[in-house]
Amino acid sequence: MLDHVFRGSKKYWAFIGLLLAVIGAGVFAYSFQLRDGLTVTGMSRDVSWGFYIAQFTFMVGVAAAAVMVVIPYYLHDYKAFGKMVIMAEFLAVPAVLVCMLFIAADMGQPMRMLNVMLHPTPNSVMFFDMTVLFGYLGINLIVGCISLDCERKGVHYPGWLKFFIFLSVPWAVSIHTVTAFLYAGLEARPFWMTAILAPRFLASAFAAGPSLLIILSFIVRKVSRFDPGEQAIKTLSTVVTYAMCLNIFFVGLEIFTVFYADMPHHMEPFIYMFKGLEHHGETYNNLVPFMWFGQILGVIAAIFLVIPSTRKNFTLLPFLCGAVILALWLEKGLGMVLAGFIPSPLLHITEYVPTAIELAVTIGIYAIGALTLTVLYKIIIGVREHGLPSAERQ
Amino acid sequence: MDDSRRDFLKKASIASLGIAALPVLSAGVRAVSGHGAATDSIQWGMVIDVQKCDNKALADAAQKACHTEHNVPAVPADLKDEEIKWIWTEAFQNVFPEQAHARMAHKLHDKQVVVLCNHCDRPSCVRVCPTKATWKRKSDGIVMMDMHRCIGCRFCMAACPFGARSFNYSDPRKFMDTEKPANTLYPTRSMGVVEKCTFCADRIREGRQPACVEAANAIVPGAMVFGNVNDPESEIYKYLTENHTLVRQLNLGTGPNVYYKL
Repeated sequence: MLDHVFRGSKKYWAFIGLLLAVIGAGVFAYSFQLRDGLTVTGMSRDVSWGFYIAQFTFMVGVAAAAVMVVIPYYLHDYKAFGKMVIMAEFLAVPAVLVCMLFIAADMGQPMRMLNVMLHPTPNSVMFFDMTVLFGYLGINLIVGCISLDCERKGVHYPGWLKFFIFLSVPWAVSIHTVTAFLYAGLEARPFWMTAILAPRFLASAFAAGPSLLIILSFIVRKVSRFDPGEQAIKTLSTVVTYAMCLNIFFVGLEIFTVFYADMPHHMEPFIYMFKGLEHHGETYNNLVPFMWFGQILGVIAAIFLVIPSTRKNFTLLPFLCGAVILALWLEKGLGMVLAGFIPSPLLHITEYVPTAIELAVTIGIYAIGALTLTVLYKIIIGVREHGLPSAERQ
Repeated sequence: MDDSRRDFLKKASIASLGIAALPVLSAGVRAVSGHGAATDSIQWGMVIDVQKCDNKALADAAQKACHTEHNVPAVPADLKDEEIKWIWTEAFQNVFPEQAHARMAHKLHDKQVVVLCNHCDRPSCVRVCPTKATWKRKSDGIVMMDMHRCIGCRFCMAACPFGARSFNYSDPRKFMDTEKPANTLYPTRSMGVVEKCTFCADRIREGRQPACVEAANAIVPGAMVFGNVNDPESEIYKYLTENHTLVRQLNLGTGPNVYYKL
């Protein structure tokens, strides 16, 4: 199957070349971080996690979203997802890879990372997070590769694969739940210490992940003769709609609880995000425009998704999906992580702004994800186009 | 035979219920016995006299003694956000936000209070560390830190409710005389690791008082008291029973072992 990766049009190779160049720039930027330490980032004593961990949190959700296609197809025999399911599994693989790279980029001593396995610590959520991420990567690689290979050979996948398919369902839920527990288990951070965090993470994941899958489907339809199917895209857009509405509802629950109870420590991070905090005569509000933009964009996207005529409009749908992704990235990636540190336990406010190096490393890591995704999707397209009737072949 | 089997099943199910309930029960017992009950084991603790320690010369001397002893890098002012500090001062209202009400006497409100790692009974930082690079030492209750195992994930910094931990964003050796660190008996460390107060574990082993306590008491006698809070014969035990003291963030349940006398 790998041969498909090495056979492609000029456009394909140009795209691969572009990604490699971006990756190269990211590696170059990372070399400064490796030499000088995390001082090259915008993080500080008070805001000790930043852009990298925010991307990690968001991308775990994208990885988990494969389950929204796997459940209907394998558990409910929903045939329309037949062509889509492999795309979902092969989206999960680069998504998990990107998560791991963001964690690695965030480490102060990356060469000591194997200490996590050398000194396994079950009471640490980070230990569990590593375990479930590796597991999820393995499951999706096994299921994706074997089922595609069987399809190529024209045989049914082996029975034992069902075990991994079923396992992938709770496992997908677990990766994002455990990621939420990283935050929700900290008594020092009232903003994160809320039981709704895991459900909120899952809802936003099931909106953002399928949104990305829809956009990828449109791209695949455009660049190849393989069509994941109109019905599959339509059903997936319904999933996005429900999940997005749930997410907005969950955020509303959080805001009600915090502001009706009127407890300062719980309100301050929200006020920081949406209004800015006054402290010793200075105003700290650098997240405000991003948060409002994200929330308004998210609500507008949700409204257009709820209205059937706009949701079913295939010209509009990719943009709605893009809006959902951007809104959730701002809410859960940026806002959720950064506001947890404000104010600090000693009630100081230190604002965080990512540096150019941080941005370059981030883009580089996403490019590695995009490259992996391109390679995997090239294989899918190669196998699928090969299966088309010869009259349709070029 | 059926009877005995039924009996066995009954006992087994009761036993398994008991096992399932264990975490709940033990949590309950822990809550009832509370924080600071006397036991045989050692738990080092410290009392800070807020009035006596509200003294810039004293606080500076305590910090200098600590930071020299442990080769704590002096991060330059332009990187103030990345400061490394094991012991320092904060305004009363920042240290005790739950106590600092709006009509509080100004002389207390603006006092500078010495803060450091609380060496908690149930430390959040230890709970979250993925490599056991920080742990609660069983023999004397010190929350230890292995800077040579730490991977620099900074989970402990997010988890600590006291802001007691610092991260080496840069190479700490850049900020000290690498040829001859201030204290050749204490290790320097590489960049990318977290560090914090160790209650001077090395000094305690030699029967000495922590560096900050020694320095502070040399300026104002009785400014700090250090000892085993579990030993009814110790000076600190008597001090705590005779004086009204506070700990930071009591409601979070971490069980701090640094006490404050107002």
